[in-house]
Amino acid sequence: MADTARDPPPAHTDFQELEDGEDLFLEPAVIQESGPASLPAEDISANSNGPKQDSLFDDDPEDLFAEATEEVSLDSPEREVLLSDGPSPAITPITPPTSVITPRIGLAHDDMFTHSSFDEIEEEEGGDSFDMHISVSDPEKVGDGMNAYMAYKVTTKTSMSLFKTDEFSVKRRFSDFLGLHSKLASKYLHIGYIVPPAPEKSIVGMTKVKVGKEDQSSNEFVEKRRSALERYLMRTVKHPILLKDPDVLQFLESSELPRAVSTQALSSAGLLRMVNKAADAVNKMTIKMNESDAWFEEKQQHFENLDVQLRKLHASVESLVCHRKELSVNTAQFAKSAAMLGNSEDHTALSRALSQLAEVEEKIDQLHQDQANADFYLFSELLGDYVRLITAVKGVFDHRMKTWQKWQDSQLLLQKKREAEAKLQFTNKPDKLQQAKDEIKELEGKVQQGERDFEQISKTIRKEVSRFEKERVKDFKMIIIKYLESLVQTQQQLIKYWDAFLPEAKAIS
Amino acid sequence: HTETHTHTHTDSLLPRAVNVDLQTDATLQVDISDALSERDKVKFTVHTKSTLPNFKQNEFSVVRQHEEFIWLHDSFVENEDYAGYIIPPAPPRPDFDASREKLQKLGEGEGSMTKEEFTKMKQELEAEYLAIFKKTVAMHEVFLCRVAAHPVLRKDLNFHVFLEYNQDLSVRGKNKKEKLEDFFKNVVKSADGVLVAGVKDVDDFFEHEKTFLLEYHNRVKDASAKSDRMIRSHKSKKLFYNLQDAVASWELMQLMFFLKVSELFEKTRKIEARVAADEDLKLADLLKYYLRESQAAKDLLYRRSRSLVDYENANKALDKARAKNRDVLQAETSQQLCCHKFEKISESAKQELIDFKTRRVAAFRKNLVELAELELKHAKGNLQLLQSCLGVLKGNT
Repeated sequence: MADTARDPPPAHTDFQELEDGEDLFLEPAVIQESGPASLPAEDISANSNGPKQDSLFDDDPEDLFAEATEEVSLDSPEREVLLSDGPSPAITPITPPTSVITPRIGLAHDDMFTHSSFDEIEEEEGGDSFDMHISVSDPEKVGDGMNAYMAYKVTTKTSMSLFKTDEFSVKRRFSDFLGLHSKLASKYLHIGYIVPPAPEKSIVGMTKVKVGKEDQSSNEFVEKRRSALERYLMRTVKHPILLKDPDVLQFLESSELPRAVSTQALSSAGLLRMVNKAADAVNKMTIKMNESDAWFEEKQQHFENLDVQLRKLHASVESLVCHRKELSVNTAQFAKSAAMLGNSEDHTALSRALSQLAEVEEKIDQLHQDQANADFYLFSELLGDYVRLITAVKGVFDHRMKTWQKWQDSQLLLQKKREAEAKLQFTNKPDKLQQAKDEIKELEGKVQQGERDFEQISKTIRKEVSRFEKERVKDFKMIIIKYLESLVQTQQQLIKYWDAFLPEAKAIS
Repeated sequence: HTETHTHTHTDSLLPRAVNVDLQTDATLQVDISDALSERDKVKFTVHTKSTLPNFKQNEFSVVRQHEEFIWLHDSFVENEDYAGYIIPPAPPRPDFDASREKLQKLGEGEGSMTKEEFTKMKQELEAEYLAIFKKTVAMHEVFLCRVAAHPVLRKDLNFHVFLEYNQDLSVRGKNKKEKLEDFFKNVVKSADGVLVAGVKDVDDFFEHEKTFLLEYHNRVKDASAKSDRMIRSHKSKKLFYNLQDAVASWELMQLMFFLKVSELFEKTRKIEARVAADEDLKLADLLKYYLRESQAAKDLLYRRSRSLVDYENANKALDKARAKNRDVLQAETSQQLCCHKFEKISESAKQELIDFKTRRVAAFRKNLVELAELELKHAKGNLQLLQSCLGVLKGNT
């Protein structure tokens, strides 16, 4: 099997605009706009690709895991009990593993992220401590053919006073999530907040689903997406600022959501975005900031290194998943072959033992598959999320640079205007002089604002990064513990199977 | 120079406990006490202990190479007197090519990796080489033990020469011409085998054995191939993520306690490697061996069928001769010879096939039991490592 190192997600421009195919084909009006014209759109955006893209569709960090880290493996019923007991910022004691990671296709999604958490939350935000759990479930195909789309049920369970009730559900489609992200990104990214990135689009995956292919790969695609959407939402709401955003609240609560039009290819908003991206790319190359603060320089370098490293690890884990699947296939084939051998063996007891061996190997094959799923859903996806998150973090640093640039630009302009005003003093043009004085006043205001903005974004980023780093530790720790627990399960199963087989083997006489 | 302790493996393939003739154990014991792997050949030290009067001493050793084993095997096959026995299958040629190539590549790439990496890889490749080496020694030993255990073959003169003659037997390997001849012989034999197999046997026992062996042989072949593939997958390094990448990531993210996890995965990886190695020995080798033995049993049946056809043809020829009243004596002699040959083969063949079944069942039992026990042992080992690491991690909250 090929080791497919996953390429950095295309900076969401190429396919994003076009891909929201769910929308694309649904409304004829839109099709006209975005039909043939969509091709040039792609070309423009292709140029503005790049991981440092200041894109409104930047993958923002998904703090999804941060929540669940405190508590390891409560089953749903227990969770409900805890929820209704009311939140208290106690760290949930880690209970011995009970849940098995079984993201089997089509089954109810695994318990992985359906755990509540009593996170000790930013006291500075005040209000109730964080107690919220979101699940994305019941993917349902709506409509037919190329107009079809998947609707997901988004259920929120919470005791926080922010919400009217403590449990409620809505139906959302993929473009709704993208729309939410888009709004959040446009509001918060440029002031330094790490907005969790939305899950990636995938034309191929969605097309298969639309076309109605009911095979394993399209089921896997839906499950992968469902899981990603859930993690995305959890990450978003764990962010104390984002949680309170009206768009987020509306997304979670309101039964009807206006269609996220701006996620489509060639709406005016889309065009504008693309132009901005192109401009940004050019700007990025020319900004040379005098970094007075060593912290930022250090951190930036750190994230740079981390990006490289995580991508490598991610690729390695993806390859792992492939190989384990291959092992599973080979084990299944051997099991069949052993069964055939058992059939033709004419010594009764040996024949029976060989058949049993075949059964054991079949079960082991199943174990390998489950293991591969765990590898993937726990580990690989986490790494993928973090690769995207780090891209968002880098984006936020870039915004700071831009803010600084803006401030510098206004300062330079002010200086020029002052020089011009000085010159005007010697001429006899009172009108022009007054105008110059007015402009200078305005510019002074801008410069001050620029400086304030810069300071503000720097401050915000510091906070955000520290938060990110804390959450990251929790995330990884939780995932690795879950992963190890799944490994424990595997070994326990193995022991069971071989234990049962041993007497059969001994019975051969 | 490598000492080998191959008895465990040999025993698995040929459980001494169920030898055909138990009392021969003391009178003739053969084993490979040592082996040396040189550039392109392996030298086996064949050690014999015997109370038989045929030998000058009670205990002695000689050095033999693979070609000499093949010579011995072929001499059995070509010996008409042994037509009625399952000839123990020849051991496969020692094949270190792949392993040597890997070691060589490693040597060439030494400059491009850290000392640690190099040492680790070298150790792994050397272990691989050693495993292959042990296997080939075991295969050669099994062959000798089978011969030594066989009531008739153990008396073979060539066998005694093989065991005792302390000079080079000068049996050069086959040259191209001879190999080509062999190839054609095999083609003819296969074709003939098909012809002869069509002849229905009056004897139920042999008829059943023919059908059984044909199907069994094919299925063992398939099972052997599939088990090889499965075990190769299991041995793949890519079942575990790259340790360096992981450690670097954890360090960057300041997840220092994760270094413990990486340590853990290194240990479990080693255990997995041992699981795969054990599966290789207990399952794959077992299947490979009985693939060869079942072929040898098929060959016996072929020889018997061939002799039956010859016998029937001789009968027809005799009838014709009597009818024409020409060369009757000649035809009678010929017919008697064929009859005698056929009966002799049939008699010993029956016992051979019964013994084959006994050996097979015992070997499978032993290996399957040992396989299950080893799998259990390793799974428990893994489990303990995982649980203790989990305990530490959770305690670190």
